[in-house]
Amino acid sequence: MNRILRFWFFIFIFSAPLLALAQEKAEMADTMRSNGKIYVVVAVCLIILTGLFLYVWRIDKKIVRLEKENRVMY
Amino acid sequence: MKKHWWKILSFILLVYTITAGLLLEVPRLFILNETIRNLYFHVCMWFGMMILFIISFVHSIKYLRTSHYKFDLFAKSYAAVGCLFGILGYATGTLWANYTWVTDQGQSLATILKEPKLIGAAIALLIYGAYFVLRGSFTDIDKRARVSAVYNVFAFAMLFPSIWIIPRLVGSLHPGAPGGESGNPALNFNDIDSRLRMVFYPAILGWTLLGVWITTLQIRLELLRDKTLIHE
Repeated sequence: MNRILRFWFFIFIFSAPLLALAQEKAEMADTMRSNGKIYVVVAVCLIILTGLFLYVWRIDKKIVRLEKENRVMY
Repeated sequence: MKKHWWKILSFILLVYTITAGLLLEVPRLFILNETIRNLYFHVCMWFGMMILFIISFVHSIKYLRTSHYKFDLFAKSYAAVGCLFGILGYATGTLWANYTWVTDQGQSLATILKEPKLIGAAIALLIYGAYFVLRGSFTDIDKRARVSAVYNVFAFAMLFPSIWIIPRLVGSLHPGAPGGESGNPALNFNDIDSRLRMVFYPAILGWTLLGVWITTLQIRLELLRDKTLIHE
C-alpha cells in the first residue's frame, strides 16, 4: 500500500511542472496591442518606407530625363 | 513607355508587409515570441539575395554565350545588389540571434557566432566579394567580362552548398538543421503556419522587386556613363 501511494505521489510531483508548462502560453506583446500604441510603430515604418520609395522614384525620373537627353535605350 | 506597374506593386506589397506583418496574429512560440515577425524582414533579405544572384548567374551565362557587354553589366549589378541584401540579412540575423539563440544556458554572442549557418553565409558573401575584387583587377574590358562571368558561375555553384547544405549536414541552431525538430527552414509547411505564409510570400516578392528596381537604376546609370564616355 505504502509503495503504491509513494508511486502515485512521485507521478504527481513530476508531472505537475509538465502540466504547468503545457498550459503556459508564450509571452507576446499583448499590452502594446491592446492599448493601440503598435499603430504608432506601423505609422512610423510606413512613413519611412514611403519616403524611401519617393526618393528612389525621383532618382528614376532623373535617369529617365538623362536617358532622353542622351538618347540611350535601356 | 516604360513599364512602371511592378515598381508600384513593390511599394504596395511592402506597405502590406509592414502593416500586416506588425498587426496580424502570429503563432505564439516560446523563445521567439514576437520576433517571429522578423520572418517578413530578415528571411526576405536572404530570399531576395538568392533571387538576385540567380538573375546575375543567368546573365553571366548569357554573356558567355553572346559576348554582349550589356549582359556583363547586368550580371555585375545584380550581384552587387544581391550582396547588399546579403549583408543586410547577415546583420539582421546577428541581431536576431543575439536575442533568441543566446539563452540563459551560458552561451554568449561569441559562441553563437561560430554557428555553421553564419559561417556558411559569411563564406558565400566573401566569395561574391572576391567577384568584385577580381573585376577590379582587370584593365581590359573584354577579359574582365569573360573571366568574371566564369567566376560568377563558380560563385553561384558555391552559394547553395555553403548557405543551405553544409549547415544542414553539421547541425545548427538555425531552423532547418538536424538538431532542431524542423525540416526545411521557412518553407516547411508543417512549421510555418498559414498566418505567416499570408504575409511571408508577398513580402519576398515586394523586397525582391525593390532590389530589382535599385539594380535597374544602377544599370541605367552605368549605361549612361558609358554612352557619354564613348561620345567624348
